[in-house]
Amino acid sequence: MYQDVILDHYKNPHGRGLRDGDAEVHHVNPTCGDEITLRVKYAGTTIEDVSYEGQGCSISQASASVLNELLVGKDLTEARQIQETFLELMQSKGRIEPDDAMEEILEDAVAFAGVSKYPARVKCALLSWMAWKDATAQALGGADAERKSA
Amino acid sequence: MTQLPGLLDTEAIRKDFPVLDRVVHDGRKLVYLDNAATSQKPRQVLDALSEYYERYNANVHRGVHVLAEEATALYEGARDKIAAFINAPSRDEVIFTKNASESLNLVANMLGWADEPYRVDHETEIVITEMEHHSNIVPWQLLAQRTGAKLKWFGLTDDGRLDLSNIEEIITEKTKIVSFVLVSNILGTVNPVETIIRRAQEVGALVCIDASQAAPHMPLDVQALQADFVAFTGHKMCGPTGIGVLWGRQELLEDLPPFLGGGEMIETVSMHSSTYAPAPHKFEAGTPPIAQAVGLGAAIDYLNSIGMDKILAHEHALTEYAVRRLAEVPDLRIIGPTTAEDRGAAISFTLGDIHPHDVGQVLDEQGIAVRVGHHCARPVCLRYGIPATTRASFYLYSTPAEIDALVEGLEHVRNFFG
Repeated sequence: MYQDVILDHYKNPHGRGLRDGDAEVHHVNPTCGDEITLRVKYAGTTIEDVSYEGQGCSISQASASVLNELLVGKDLTEARQIQETFLELMQSKGRIEPDDAMEEILEDAVAFAGVSKYPARVKCALLSWMAWKDATAQALGGADAERKSA
Repeated sequence: MTQLPGLLDTEAIRKDFPVLDRVVHDGRKLVYLDNAATSQKPRQVLDALSEYYERYNANVHRGVHVLAEEATALYEGARDKIAAFINAPSRDEVIFTKNASESLNLVANMLGWADEPYRVDHETEIVITEMEHHSNIVPWQLLAQRTGAKLKWFGLTDDGRLDLSNIEEIITEKTKIVSFVLVSNILGTVNPVETIIRRAQEVGALVCIDASQAAPHMPLDVQALQADFVAFTGHKMCGPTGIGVLWGRQELLEDLPPFLGGGEMIETVSMHSSTYAPAPHKFEAGTPPIAQAVGLGAAIDYLNSIGMDKILAHEHALTEYAVRRLAEVPDLRIIGPTTAEDRGAAISFTLGDIHPHDVGQVLDEQGIAVRVGHHCARPVCLRYGIPATTRASFYLYSTPAEIDALVEGLEHVRNFFG
């Protein structure tokens, strides 16, 4: 479960700290008390920044770092594809062995495949991704809002 | 092997608990240190449960056939065992519920619907403490919201004790009920019952004690406690899940109104109104958890065969050893009393900046089961400025070797995240 990639991101997080944004959300994981405050900044449909501050376990913190690394600079369509692929992997209960195609999309995030075997920890890994989805819906307004599935 | 004065013969006791033989994660011996969440069950309890279903299963208090009578005798026999176990003056003061939460909700609802002099309303106050389990917070919040009563609470000192310095301002003439935990599930603190009860009695307030973490671990005497209600649950004391107990003083149970209505709790029913059975049946609507009550009776027989005073001494010795060993772990901070004095065998701690979920996961990989999180006592975490804790909790079958395994496991956790 604790891949070196995850521990590296935990110890040296990318893009941590709150900066300017178009929308801010605060998400918590009530079962273990993980918390994240996350802001998104868009230039049109390009993600200019995802900044965050939070506390929690190594899985939740490393996942936020990977999210920042993966999504900043991407176009929204591609970012959504990454988010959906990560969600699919995390909901796989350990049944998906990431192939090359998935690895190309998810890069460092494939390291979380092992976490999907631990139901209690899946929410930790998904916390920042759900926060990003929610913040994006708020930043880009109603037309893009997908809050009901967030 | 570490020898401590007061230890039980755990080698013999552990043979009664089949699950303790389990190996997990490719050959790791299970080290079960999550007893404050639930205890393991001895063979004697498991046998009582299967024997009940194999030989006696029937609904209780109805039917004239053999099985119905035998099932009723077993169910009511369990009530007798519990009454004796807590030194209740009368067996009719023992109400079966499904767990301690239901017991506490029952008290809150009795008082919410009661007539004077018990009625909780907008001119009265309810007192709890900051170290309560959510099950002894939320029912009172609900009662306060629904009646307009004011909810007050005792705060905590830095060393994990109740701050009773302002007891006369907290418990006043307006106080109708004081409800507090005897032994904290997160801090391990054993609370000074007498001081609180004396003040409550001065102002004529009722007292409810949450004994969920006390009943499994020490002799419990409801007459000596002098409370009005005592709640606890079966599954933390070697019994099955789905069975809890509320003890209440007889005259209160006679005066207070029922909460749940249904079969079994009535005397006569017409389409317009009903009259109720005497306590305890007044508070036991519907088919009760019969097998579970029988299982709890067997658990009490088992605990009595060992002796609650001996279990208390065993756990005290283990707790002394554990706080000493844990103090050797760098960056470890115990949340709660740091000595074994007035302290139960649940020890919460933080380990540097390592999140408790990571601590728990890496311990689990070594076969060590602990609880992580806020332990349904989130206000305690807020009070001490921490998101969560790791908690190790012991029982009659726990050993010093398991505490050594925990300390070694924590060293491994530190190296892993260091």
